[in-house]
Amino acid sequence: MNKIEVNNLTKIFGSHPQQGLKHLKNGKKKGEILEETGMTVGVNRASFSVKPGEIFVIMGLSGSGKSTLIRLVNRLIESTKGEVLIDGEDVTKMDKKQLMETRRKKLGMVFQRFGLLPHRSVLHNVAYGLEIQGVSKEERNEKAMKTIEDVGLTGYENSKPSELSGGMQQRVGLARALTNDTDILLMDEAFSALDPIIRTEMQDELLKMQSKLGKTVLFITHDLDEALKLGERIAIMKDGEIVQIGTAEEILESPANDYVSKFVKDVDRSKVLEASHVMRKPEVLLSYKDGPRMAVRKMEDVGASSIFVVDKEKKFKGLLTIDDAIKAYKEDISMEQFLISDVHTTSPDTPLDDLLGVAADAKYPIVVLEDNHLLGIISRVSILSGLVLGKEKDEEVTT
Amino acid sequence: MNYFNFPLEQWTNSFVNDWLLPELSGFFNQISMILRSFVEGVTNLLVAIPPEAITIVIFLLAWKLSGKGLALFTLIGGLYLGSVGLWPESLQTLAIVIVSTIISVILGVPLGILSATNKVVDQITRPILDFMQTLPIFVYLIPAILLFGLGGVPAVIATFVFATPPAVRFTSLGIKQVPEEVVEASRAFGSTRKQLLLKVQLPLAVPTIMAGINQTIMLALSMAVVASMIGAPGLGAQVLKGISTVNVGLGLTAGLAIVVLAIILDRLTQSIGNKL
Repeated sequence: MNKIEVNNLTKIFGSHPQQGLKHLKNGKKKGEILEETGMTVGVNRASFSVKPGEIFVIMGLSGSGKSTLIRLVNRLIESTKGEVLIDGEDVTKMDKKQLMETRRKKLGMVFQRFGLLPHRSVLHNVAYGLEIQGVSKEERNEKAMKTIEDVGLTGYENSKPSELSGGMQQRVGLARALTNDTDILLMDEAFSALDPIIRTEMQDELLKMQSKLGKTVLFITHDLDEALKLGERIAIMKDGEIVQIGTAEEILESPANDYVSKFVKDVDRSKVLEASHVMRKPEVLLSYKDGPRMAVRKMEDVGASSIFVVDKEKKFKGLLTIDDAIKAYKEDISMEQFLISDVHTTSPDTPLDDLLGVAADAKYPIVVLEDNHLLGIISRVSILSGLVLGKEKDEEVTT
Repeated sequence: MNYFNFPLEQWTNSFVNDWLLPELSGFFNQISMILRSFVEGVTNLLVAIPPEAITIVIFLLAWKLSGKGLALFTLIGGLYLGSVGLWPESLQTLAIVIVSTIISVILGVPLGILSATNKVVDQITRPILDFMQTLPIFVYLIPAILLFGLGGVPAVIATFVFATPPAVRFTSLGIKQVPEEVVEASRAFGSTRKQLLLKVQLPLAVPTIMAGINQTIMLALSMAVVASMIGAPGLGAQVLKGISTVNVGLGLTAGLAIVVLAIILDRLTQSIGNKL
């Protein structure tokens, strides 16, 4: 079962939201509705689902409705229409008490501007969620101390939030959400207010924490790089609508429309694209049994100065240069001893970022191997064109 | 311009004289009695304590809350009030200020909380507060006499009407000023409305509420002086006496006493607010 399931969720801000719904149904756009009725469409028929243990990122520019959307999930904002299922239960239909219980037991939340209580110490901020549930002072302080330790703030438990740096304050925010031990974490631009270096650090820690604790995370951001880094799946929002949902690769490689492709144009592809995205099949392969004469002919056919050699199970053996092939042919010795085996190899899921340095001073193309099988090769050109153009166009260049 | 010949004056008079007074005089007498004993109780209590003791307590309080400067001022101020022979009058004025401030705070702060959290209440309170603050103060001295007679009680009522708006307004403002994300965070973790109010909104609004109470006290003092016109005893009555007998000396002496009282009350309550 999905941990979070959102169906046709709509929020219209204004005096006559039902009338706004009709306009939406008739296919009117956000801008038209605002002009005609003065009402703002916050979220327009959004649907998505988040699996247990998944990090699901909602990405959009300011005004795209992403912050409204996350607040509809825990009903900080009342929806106009649609449903929000948490563990199969519809949040929008809960009474006050059920909603309160769901918030306490199932939904933790981290805020962009931290939302810490300025008059309370770190410890009492972190223990707040348990305090309002009536958990005894001893128990809640003990649990709070544990999460304070987990986020690396031991020693600061008696400080006031204002005495801490932004990064540390957000650790308090994270600890507060973790102390309640909810399955779901709602993170609203949680790292957007932090310095770039601290932000990267927090992202890494979130990933580490998520793999350890298996939390289901709904993460809101306006930063595509952050979305691509964190999100197992990403939803892109525009004008209150979700325009595309997919993995990082899907979104980068097949943007659903112009808006998304314009968006992904400036992405730092080196962090997202992997070896398998830019590798190509070698034009020719030499089988072990072929012999040096065949090797020379194959290289002549394609005008290459070297050739990759595989055995009959297609296991990668090494590289043979044309000079060595001719030498082996002339002197009639086995080409085995001429094979160059110390070429750079890599796995298909290595990020391009990691290959940039290798490619820069490699004499031969990088070989992509899986279980020792040759999947493809990557030349310096294909890395660079992959970074610049994306995969589809890269294929056009090389084929 | 007299198109409608609007007889508001006659209407008001007949409403007050023909209905309000005969129908509700019992009710007003009841309130009057309670307030009278309240004011007299506080006055008697203050009078019973030796002036030296009060001065020393205030002196120490000022020292602790604010510092040497204010402490020294309260000492000199206390000596002045005693030395010009206005100590009892100062206590009478102080009693009216204390009683009306207590009533203003008891009614004003909850009303402020309500109007911060409830739009309808806010919309109803707002014009009433505007009315209370802008209507010339002499105007509601008249019904105060009619309903509560002469003396300290109508003074307390008039002072209450004049001094309550800042208590309501500042409380409401203080709660509305609590950052939206802090309120959202508290709600997101499953706070009840009561928990949100008691654990988040009120603690964060305290400095603003204290500023409001400070304003209430200052307005109460100025009204307690003006209320001498309807027979309120105290420093105001001395000023009034000074005016009616063209006694410049008495006017100045009593006027300075009011200033002393005002400065002590203002600085003391401000430093309480800063300590919280």
